[in-house]
Formats: sequence, structure tokens, C-alpha cells
Amino acid sequence: MSLAQPATDLLKVSGLCKRFGANTVVDDLAFAIAPGECLGVIGPNGAGKTTTIRMCLGLSAPDGGQIDYALKPGEVLHMPRDAMAIKARLGVVSQIDTLDPDFSCEENLLVYGRYFGLRDAQIRARIPALLQFASLSHKASARPGELSGGMKRRLSLARALVNDPQLLLLDEPTTGLDPQARHLMWERLQVLLQQGKSILLTTHFMDEAERLCSRLLVIDHGRKIAEGRPRDLIAQHLEPEVVEVYGMGATALQEGPVAALAARVEVSGETVFFYTHAAQPLLHALAQTPALRTLHRPANLEDLFLKLTGRQIREDG
Amino acid sequence: MALPEVPATTATIQREPAHAGDASPWRAPQLSLRFWPVFLRNLLVWRKLAIPSLVGNIAEPLMWLVAFGYGLGALVGQVTVQTSGGPVLVPYILFLASGSICMSAMNAASFEALYSAFSRMHVQKTWDGIMNAPVRLDDIVLAEMLWASFKAVFTATAILGVMLALGISHSPKLLLAWPVLLVAGVTFSCIALIFNALAKGYDFFTYYFTLFLTPMMFLSGIFFPREQLPPLLRAITDWLPLTSAVELVRPLFMDQWPSHGWRALAVLLVYAVAAFWIALALTRKRFRA
Repeated sequence: MSLAQPATDLLKVSGLCKRFGANTVVDDLAFAIAPGECLGVIGPNGAGKTTTIRMCLGLSAPDGGQIDYALKPGEVLHMPRDAMAIKARLGVVSQIDTLDPDFSCEENLLVYGRYFGLRDAQIRARIPALLQFASLSHKASARPGELSGGMKRRLSLARALVNDPQLLLLDEPTTGLDPQARHLMWERLQVLLQQGKSILLTTHFMDEAERLCSRLLVIDHGRKIAEGRPRDLIAQHLEPEVVEVYGMGATALQEGPVAALAARVEVSGETVFFYTHAAQPLLHALAQTPALRTLHRPANLEDLFLKLTGRQIREDG
Repeated sequence: MALPEVPATTATIQREPAHAGDASPWRAPQLSLRFWPVFLRNLLVWRKLAIPSLVGNIAEPLMWLVAFGYGLGALVGQVTVQTSGGPVLVPYILFLASGSICMSAMNAASFEALYSAFSRMHVQKTWDGIMNAPVRLDDIVLAEMLWASFKAVFTATAILGVMLALGISHSPKLLLAWPVLLVAGVTFSCIALIFNALAKGYDFFTYYFTLFLTPMMFLSGIFFPREQLPPLLRAITDWLPLTSAVELVRPLFMDQWPSHGWRALAVLLVYAVAAFWIALALTRKRFRA
């Protein structure tokens, strides 16, 4: 018989609001992270992702709402009131690397560990494992300036693990990385999830969200517009198949008889997107015009994201 | 990867304001020992660059001292200085040395709390990284202030050593000049951090140096006695922080006691406390954006 209690959420946010002047950037936001979960927060630039993370870190005081952490059994702490006690048990990777350029990888970890009140001997004992986790053992004495972008991000991740946190807050951890570096980063994050750690992640990359996140939160203009497992969200909001059409005369199709074969039509620039439950009749009709190029694929998160947040470029984007 | 369990933090939980409305940037500073690892961080960086930075910090003031002290000193001869025991005549080199060491402490503190602190705060985002750990902005500002003060004392100590070697002063009271220079370092670090909090870029600091520090250098009795100034201007300069530092340090160089020592010390401390409070409030505003 197990004595395990029902798992409480590590982080529970409710009614969260933040205003800058007359501008409401986070509006009545609520979400929670269960132990072992990876929650992805996606949304266009300026949707309120980073402000939400900053409030969860106590760096910005909310204008309303509640942020509760339960990182130790039987102890609920409130942000921002208990910021110091909470941050002692969190791991954070921010959008911009804040590594110390004058320190080697080892020194970066040592100095950062001290901010958590850890003793030098304690930190030094952990450094080899942290460097190995970041695949940086061979770069222990190198300074961040000598590291590639991917290595710097992995060092930032290793640094965030110096206090062995149960919950990690990652703000766009792979932005600006090449595909190899991104894949290595994803693989490292998967390892952390397998170890039972929980992750809150913001990202612009839908493949990243689909790969890593057990649950997604789509926000726009500071409000939650959808929440659920990636596959469920796609099934719930979209037709299962997409036919993309480009080439001469593609945009004219949105008015023509072909459009009637699709459940929904969207146009972006010179490309027409036909969303449908059965693509065959549509593909057959399109084949009559050889000048058109078509791509038939299953609907994905990117389609969902664009449907929910619109295709227009954001002014601050 | 097996990591050892981290012990729970033993520090008592200090509570933060719960909502934006409760958090006036002008609320009292919330300081703790968490500043120490931040101070250590700066020390560790500096240890790597200490020798070149030392040369830069002491070479220039010493050149001024030698050129003006010996060169101009031969023309000026002796200068009258007010002490608790009445006016005393001193060689110009001693007059200048005792003033310029205050100037060096001021410059060292100002450079560190402006250019270097700004690099860490704004360019390298070091402060942002630290604030993701359990360290408050207040403690970071305190650490930067104490670090810049340490740099000031370190520079002043090095110059003091050279002055002793040159035989400019052998006053045993120089031991007391040392804590006074620390207080002066604290005062100028606090003032500089106000401008650090307001800066959009390095260019801004040029205003601080040319419009504030340089005039103060000439009005605080470093190069010539303030008795030379018109009465009104002199009355104003009585309240400059650099004047207070000079009026404290100079008699100690002459093996005398300052004539209004406690007042001068109080002026420095009032400036320090007020400036730290303002600097912290402005820095909080900057980071709550």
C-alpha cells in the first residue's frame, strides 16, 4: 500500500494580473504545474510570457492574483512575499545568457552556487557532474567567450541546476541556436524530465513545444486562449489535414470552386492553406492545374498557433 | 547524474511586499548577508586583473603629485592649514598629497561604481543572473557599493605606501586616515550609484565627471587652500563631501587633529546614507520597469 499523498501542484498561479500604466500585459491568468510535468507557454511576442515568468520569479510584483509554490512537502510559499525561500529551490534559465565572461565554466558554477548559500566544498563536489551533464567537461577551464551559443546555453542550464531544484523555469532556452545545438538541448531537458524534474518553458518553436511539453498554455494579449496536451489541442481546434498551395494563381483559388472542397481556407502572402478532413478530392482538383505546387501534411501546432493568434505580424514582433 | 541533496536554506525568511502597490521603491533598504557572495564575485574577477588595474589606479595620481608637488611646490613654498591646534604651515607637497589621496579615493570609487557597475548591471546582465538566485537587488546594490569602497581603499592604500616611501609624511595618525578614506570611498560610491541607476549608456558618466567631480576637485581645497575662494563660494564648499574628506585627512598627514572632525565625518555619513537610499530607490525603479 502506498502512503503517497495526492500530488500537489509545484506551482499554482491564479487570477494573475499585471498592468504597465493603462496597458494590461497579463490579464487574469491561471495555470498550474504538477510534479514531473513540462508545461509550455507559447504566444506571440508581447503576449506576456516573459512578464509572467518575471512575476513567477518575484522580479516584478503582480497587480493582482496569487502565485503559490509547493516545492517542499507540506509547505506552501507565496511569491513575491517568500521570494528568497522560493528561489533557493528554483532553477532559472533566462532568455539572455547572464554568464560571467571573466570566469571559466567551473568558476561560473562555483560563483553561482555561492548565491544560494552553498559551501564551496559542496559546490566543487557537484561541478564535475554538472559539467558532464552539460557536455562541457572538456571545457571546464574555458571562458564563455570561447564557447559556442549552444555550449553557453547548456552552461546556463547547468548553472540553473547548481542547487538541485525540482522545478525549472526556462525562458526561450533554445532561441538563437542551430539545429544541432537545439537537439542536444532538448535531449538534456528530456533527461531532466526523466529524472522527475518539472519544467515551465516559454518558447517560439512549435516543434520544441510539441516535443518537450506534456501540456501547453497558449496566451495572447496577456490572456489564456487555450490549454491542453499538444495533440488534443490540434484535434480540438483544427481539421486534421492541410494542403498548402503556392505558385502562379494560387491566391485566386480562395474564391474559386476548389475552396468549397476545404473546410476552411487561409491565405498568407502568396500561399493558400486549405484545412480539411479529407484531402483527396481537393488534391485531385488541384492536380488539374500543374502550375500550382502543393504540400499535403497533417495539421500541426504551428497551424494551431497561427489560427489562435492570427497571421499578422505584431508591431513589437 | 546523481546530485547530492541541497540542505534547506537556514536563513530566516524575510518577507517581500506582496503586491505592486505595496512596493514603493522608496521603502527602507532590505539588507542582508546575502551581499557577501556578490562582493566575493567581484573580488574574484578583480584578482585576475589586479596588477594592471593597480598600475592604472596609482600611476596617474602619483604623476600629478610629483609634477605639481615638487614642480609647483618649489614656487609655492609653504601653505597654511587650519587644525584643532590653530594654523600650521606645511610644505606644498604635503598639502597636495593629503588632498590628492582623497581625490584618488573618490575617483577610484566613482569609476568602479559607474563604469564597472554599469557593465555588470546593464551590459553583461550579471545582476539579472544573480537575481534569479535567492539574492535581493538591495543586497546587490550594497555589494557594489562596498566593492567600489574597497577599490577606493585599496587604491588609497597603495598611494599611501608610495607616499610613505617618498617620505612625504611619517605621521602615526595616518593609521586613522585609512578608515576616513574608507568612509569617503563609501560616500562617493553611494553618490556614483545614483548616476549608475539613471544611466542609459557610458556617455552619461562623462557629465557626472565633468560637471560634478571635476569642479568639486578644484573647490575642495586639494590644490589650493579654500581661503582663496570668494566668501560665498567658500561657504558653499564647506558642505561638499570632498571638502569634508580633505579636512579630515590633511591634519592627520600633519600629525595634527582635524579642527571640525566630527562635523566633517557627519557630513560624509549623511551624504552616504542619503545617497545610498536614493541610489537604491532609483535602481529598484530601473529594475521594476
